Amino acid sequence: MINTLAQTGARCLLVCQLIGRSGVFLINILGWGKGFKAPCHRVIKQIHHVGVLSLPIIVVAGIFVGMVLALQGYSILSSYGSQEAIGQMVALSLLREFGPVVTALLFVGRAGSALTAEIGLMKTTEQLSAMEIMGVDPFKRVFSPRLWAGVISLPLLATLFSLLGIFGGAFVAVNLLGVYEGSYWANMQGSVLFFDDVIKGLIKALVFAFVITWIALFHGWNARPTSEGISQATTATVVQGSLAVLGLDFILTAVMLGGF
Amino acid sequence: MSLKAQIFVECHHVGFRREDKTVFSGLNMAIKKGQITAILGPSGTGKTTLLKLFCGQLIAATGEVLIDGQDIAELNRVDLFKLRQRMSLLFQTGALFTDMNVFENVAFALREHTRLPEHMIRDLVLLRLDSVGLRGAADLMPSQLSGGMARRVALARSLALDPELILYDEPFTGQDPISMGVLVNLIRQVHEDLNLTSVLVTHDVKEALSIADQVFILAQGRVIGSGTPEQIKQSDDPLVKQFLYGHVDGPVPFHYPAPNLTEQVLHHD
Repeated sequence: MINTLAQTGARCLLVCQLIGRSGVFLINILGWGKGFKAPCHRVIKQIHHVGVLSLPIIVVAGIFVGMVLALQGYSILSSYGSQEAIGQMVALSLLREFGPVVTALLFVGRAGSALTAEIGLMKTTEQLSAMEIMGVDPFKRVFSPRLWAGVISLPLLATLFSLLGIFGGAFVAVNLLGVYEGSYWANMQGSVLFFDDVIKGLIKALVFAFVITWIALFHGWNARPTSEGISQATTATVVQGSLAVLGLDFILTAVMLGGF
Repeated sequence: MSLKAQIFVECHHVGFRREDKTVFSGLNMAIKKGQITAILGPSGTGKTTLLKLFCGQLIAATGEVLIDGQDIAELNRVDLFKLRQRMSLLFQTGALFTDMNVFENVAFALREHTRLPEHMIRDLVLLRLDSVGLRGAADLMPSQLSGGMARRVALARSLALDPELILYDEPFTGQDPISMGVLVNLIRQVHEDLNLTSVLVTHDVKEALSIADQVFILAQGRVIGSGTPEQIKQSDDPLVKQFLYGHVDGPVPFHYPAPNLTEQVLHHD
């Protein structure tokens, strides 16, 4: 009994410690008080790594999610005879939910795991130590550019995802299912609000991006310097990143819809 | 010059623990400016840890580590990074940046800490690479280098900013006789050419004694012998002797602590 209690306590302490460490880690990245600077060219290079290289998966997923939404939506809406509203349905679900959330989940798997593995390997091969000893702060040189690259890339990818999804949906609805093209676009135009739908979706993507990149970088930095440690860290990034996205999505949606 | 000014690195009663294991207790050491100092000791005595204490990557639990008179534990991050620009650590594996080629690795510190024009950086890097015999390898990636070459590139990289103190972590481990000879020569040569203070941490007794001016032998968390190579060779300390001549059994026992064999084998229940 006492033992179980003690073990639970110890585990809680470990979790608290981890949260504290990741907080300090983040403060170090942001360079609190010293004024944050990350040279542009380094951020751009990282945007290439986390953003541009994630494009194929985002493009394909976006088109297919949009097409599936149109198929599903058509089968439900047509039973009410309101299949003309399909454009509105596809656009709203993509902009509000699927765009940010699915992109974030794909981003965790594609870019988050890669970041963790890269940083973990740099730690294992003592590249981070070497940098520190050469008087170069890895927080500025390695972590900051990657964090900002993630924060910039994900909202852009999410926008692209929604956009392609809408075109994918249009292709299925108009060309395959025979919905009148004018009503697809006009219904969408009439119901999608710039602030309530587009901007709020982007805010979600921005929050996800920040949290995912933070988790990924922290796990890389915190990994045990062995190959096993790196594989565990990568797994932890994907699991915790995905859960964080889903959990935050609920909170953000609740706050944005103001349902309480 | 006063005696104090000639000492670059100084440890006073340094104690350090890692988890439950005491790595150092009451370690005293003074490393003189302009000399090659070898720190010898069996594997697992915390030689690498000692170098990390010198660099301020780890902080001693008790006692103090002074680098050029400054207590490394008391420096803030900015001053610590400033101090580190005057010193350099050569990692056991080289720790080259795997996403850059050899040239960029050597140029790294110059690009980070100076605003030299590109053509000057290029000349400096090529000169450094030439001094370790690898000017021709400038365009290779670290994955294309052999272990010995990687260490030479790392040496060129750590010399880029003209440090005053250079720390070598096991520079000879796992080298074939040729690259071992190359490294020994290089270490001696750059030491003389650049007027360095060099510290070697190693368990290769022969090589270390051949180039060092001063030797410390570490075991059981403290210095068990120190002096010039000649003095060390004539030491009567059984532990020093065991280490120097590689006796199988002695003060460092062959057997890991265990209960009596007869008892353990015969009385199992």
